[in-house]
Amino acid sequence: MSSFQIPRRRLLALGAASLGSALLGGCDRLSEAPDFQAFLASAESLTYRSQRLLGGGHSMAREFTAADLSPVFKVNGTRVPEGEDYAALVESNFADWRLRVDGLVVKPLELSLADLHALPQRTQITRHDCVEGWSAIGKWTGVPLAAVLERAALLPAARFVVFHCADMYEHALDGNGQYYESIDLIDAFHPQSILALSLNDAPLTVGHGAPLRLRVERQLGYKQAKYVMRIQLTDRLGDIGRGKGGFWPDRGYEWYAGI
Amino acid sequence: MTEIQEAAPALASNSQRRVVYRHALLTRVTHWINLLCVIVLLMSGLQIFNAHPALYWGQYGADADRPLLEIGANETSSGQLTGFLKIGAATLPTTGVLGASDNADGDVVERGFPRWITLPGFRDLSLGRRWHFFFAWLFVANLLVYYVGGLASGHLRRDLLPSREQLRPKPLLHDIADHLRLRFPRGDAALRYNPLQKLAYLGVIGVLLPVMILTGLTMSPGMDAILPWLVDLFAGRQSARTIHFIAANLIVLFIFIHVAMVLLAGPINEIRSMITGKFAIVPEAKHE
Repeated sequence: MSSFQIPRRRLLALGAASLGSALLGGCDRLSEAPDFQAFLASAESLTYRSQRLLGGGHSMAREFTAADLSPVFKVNGTRVPEGEDYAALVESNFADWRLRVDGLVVKPLELSLADLHALPQRTQITRHDCVEGWSAIGKWTGVPLAAVLERAALLPAARFVVFHCADMYEHALDGNGQYYESIDLIDAFHPQSILALSLNDAPLTVGHGAPLRLRVERQLGYKQAKYVMRIQLTDRLGDIGRGKGGFWPDRGYEWYAGI
Repeated sequence: MTEIQEAAPALASNSQRRVVYRHALLTRVTHWINLLCVIVLLMSGLQIFNAHPALYWGQYGADADRPLLEIGANETSSGQLTGFLKIGAATLPTTGVLGASDNADGDVVERGFPRWITLPGFRDLSLGRRWHFFFAWLFVANLLVYYVGGLASGHLRRDLLPSREQLRPKPLLHDIADHLRLRFPRGDAALRYNPLQKLAYLGVIGVLLPVMILTGLTMSPGMDAILPWLVDLFAGRQSARTIHFIAANLIVLFIFIHVAMVLLAGPINEIRSMITGKFAIVPEAKHE
């Protein structure tokens, strides 16, 4: 019995000691190790698959009433996109702005604001959840993304919808500082996924992403790309930006932000 | 077997001491996995909290809305940062711990909770989330294994459910008095959990831990679409976030009391029983 216990005791002591040292600082080094980050990130696909299994295309985000609206809807992320191009668009009240829809589509599109206003509209009062933890409730009106995608007609190989934005969020050395985001086709064809033109009955302000921002109501705020300029259909995300499917996913955040 | 004599040297000479098998393997394994998960979840949770160190009640809550609790920092005219904790109308100075504390270079920076209690220690919300959600899955899986095993083996009913006798006022008051005097059961009585102990364990296992999971899920916009009743159950996502924080604090409180009780009741015997399962019974000195 004792010959069995001693190594076990030693093992336990070793276990306790390594746990202790891991908790007292080693965790930071562990946190920085790419392999360990990838290990922790494996939980993301579990979350994604579980939520898709349970909710799939059908579950709807809660829609609130006008009485529930946040008095102030916080502006977050880019407040004003840099550059003369965007400034010129604002100057002309987006008269020359066009939304490009291209990539794996039968019929690439170029849509003006008037074209978008002529399409069917959807209004929804929903809760916006920032990854930081705060929430705001706003009333969004815009074109269901599905309506635009149906007009462009997806090629069978299309798997992801990528939203390219006007704002350079970071002056990154590798040139990948432009904001972009992407979603799968389940979210793209979800009835509450809209290209919003207005917030709280007024055209989007510059702070909220004028002239067009995405709403994907079952995911966090950083997926709600502002200043959308181009929608690209693709079968892979690896060759866009740093390859993780979005500005924040390229910087360690989950691509699937349903949690 | 030397630790047993170390644990109770005064009474060991009676040789009435017995060693019994107290904790099933499932209880022991899930206990330690749970401890690892809870520590990682608490520390990474504070990293996440630091991204927006304010709590609200209701469906929404952001900078323009009034928080129930807020941690932050002010800059004095001389450029020094002073941390504060605001709960309702009360404001407490908390420089060095909450609101403003040292970074790795020793400079005082604005920070909700200090770096020695967050995971990772440096400020990184995305890594905090990675840690949190990985260990949240492990935590839930481990708890489910414990529930299923505990129900199947009768452990929950036999060991944790207080008997009707134990819940009557007299034994309850007696137990409270014993706790206050730090008197712990000896002999065979030590083999059964006393009523306060049962209620504390059941409160954590049956209430606090499930509340942590459910309020955590309520913060997920994806889960709110799948299970809309979650939002109603906790009166909104921001309320759920507040309850998540309060329940986490209660778990910390439980851990402190639990560890104190282990230390007072005989740490070597108690900890060994949760590792090997074997628990030494020390005979009662005299009957009451």
